[in-house]
Amino acid sequence: MNAANLFGLCGAALVGFGLYGLVTNPEPLRKILAFNLLGSGVFLVFGVVSRRAAASGLGGDPVPQAMVITAIVVAFAATAMAIALVLRLLQETGRSTLNADNPGGTNTDRGNS
Amino acid sequence: MTILSVFDIGLAVLILGIGVWTIAAREAFAAVIGFVVYGLLLSIAWVRLSAVDVALTEAAIGGGMTGMLMLGAVARLRLAKGNDTRASLPVRLAAGVLCALVAAGLATAILSPPEAIPTLAPMVMENLAQSGLGNPVAGVLFVYRALDTLLEKVVLILALLGVWSLAPDSVWGGIPGLRLYAQRSSTLTFLAQLLPPLGIVVAIYMCWVGAKEPGGAFQGGTVLAAMWLLVMIAGLRSVPSIDQRWLRLLLVVGPVIFLAIGIAGMVLATAFLAYPAGYAKPLIVAVEFALTLSIGVALGLLAAGPPERVQRP
Repeated sequence: MNAANLFGLCGAALVGFGLYGLVTNPEPLRKILAFNLLGSGVFLVFGVVSRRAAASGLGGDPVPQAMVITAIVVAFAATAMAIALVLRLLQETGRSTLNADNPGGTNTDRGNS
Repeated sequence: MTILSVFDIGLAVLILGIGVWTIAAREAFAAVIGFVVYGLLLSIAWVRLSAVDVALTEAAIGGGMTGMLMLGAVARLRLAKGNDTRASLPVRLAAGVLCALVAAGLATAILSPPEAIPTLAPMVMENLAQSGLGNPVAGVLFVYRALDTLLEKVVLILALLGVWSLAPDSVWGGIPGLRLYAQRSSTLTFLAQLLPPLGIVVAIYMCWVGAKEPGGAFQGGTVLAAMWLLVMIAGLRSVPSIDQRWLRLLLVVGPVIFLAIGIAGMVLATAFLAYPAGYAKPLIVAVEFALTLSIGVALGLLAAGPPERVQRP
């Protein structure tokens, strides 16, 4: 097994772990973290699959590499937005949970009033 | 079995182990620290796949910037008691089996090579000389897929607008709620005085060298953002309020110059975002420098978060 396939399998396993964390962990922040793990696993799989086409004397195919760079930046932007949403949720309700059927938190609605 | 393959196997095991840790750790703080380490290890894996540009971006943005954002969020959420209960055992088992199936499917796809391998690499290399660039990844980013790169910058600004718009009305245009650690004569103050000159040189170098070697606007911009955040957190410079005109100008200067050159391409060259023959490299380097500034400011402000207080008169 060559290095590329090894990291490809690693990426596949990371997708599995990330998906599991995203589904089972109830804390929003941990979900965001798991989502990032899932994302980086997808990038790794994509990078490895496209690396088969390493031709023209290159170590790797530059087109997918450029796409992965774009994807990392966009994933960061999405993460920043998600974290801001969680923090705003905390500010509004005093809780940081996605659990909707237990509205026990105090609603302090600071702000848009 | 060579030393390198032993290294690769060790690296893959470490990445997987730390990946499991970020999911399974009880404390969110420990999980985030694990995630930063994971980002750095993953960037080594990208180097092993000869994707150095991706490795630099992963280390800077995937590990560093995301880790910093997460740590800030963990610190704020620590006081909030979530009354979440973990999913029940059958649910976790079912999720585990289904996720393992997804991973197994991907693994099968990786291990079964296709017959005809699609690639654009030879075309990239054939036409790269015309652009005057030496780094094929920069060529793809700024010549062949320039529209993607332009839109990506717009996505960063849109995300920043989204983050800002979460601020309550009363503090709109105020100062971002970055957590400061302003202590006189601490190690942080020392580092915040020592590192920025070096960091700015490194950022300019990365941006400049990106045309020929791995590096570029993202990586340089991230280093700039890190230096700016360091100086702000150490309290050497105050966090600017978001309605400052210079701040907004810096945010849009990169995309605006990129767009202007793109539109000029419709007149002077053949199409939108096409470069006039012979001027491709200087134009791309100019765009990269402007983008580095904008990316640095955008990343710094994304990390600083939404405005939380208004400027005292």
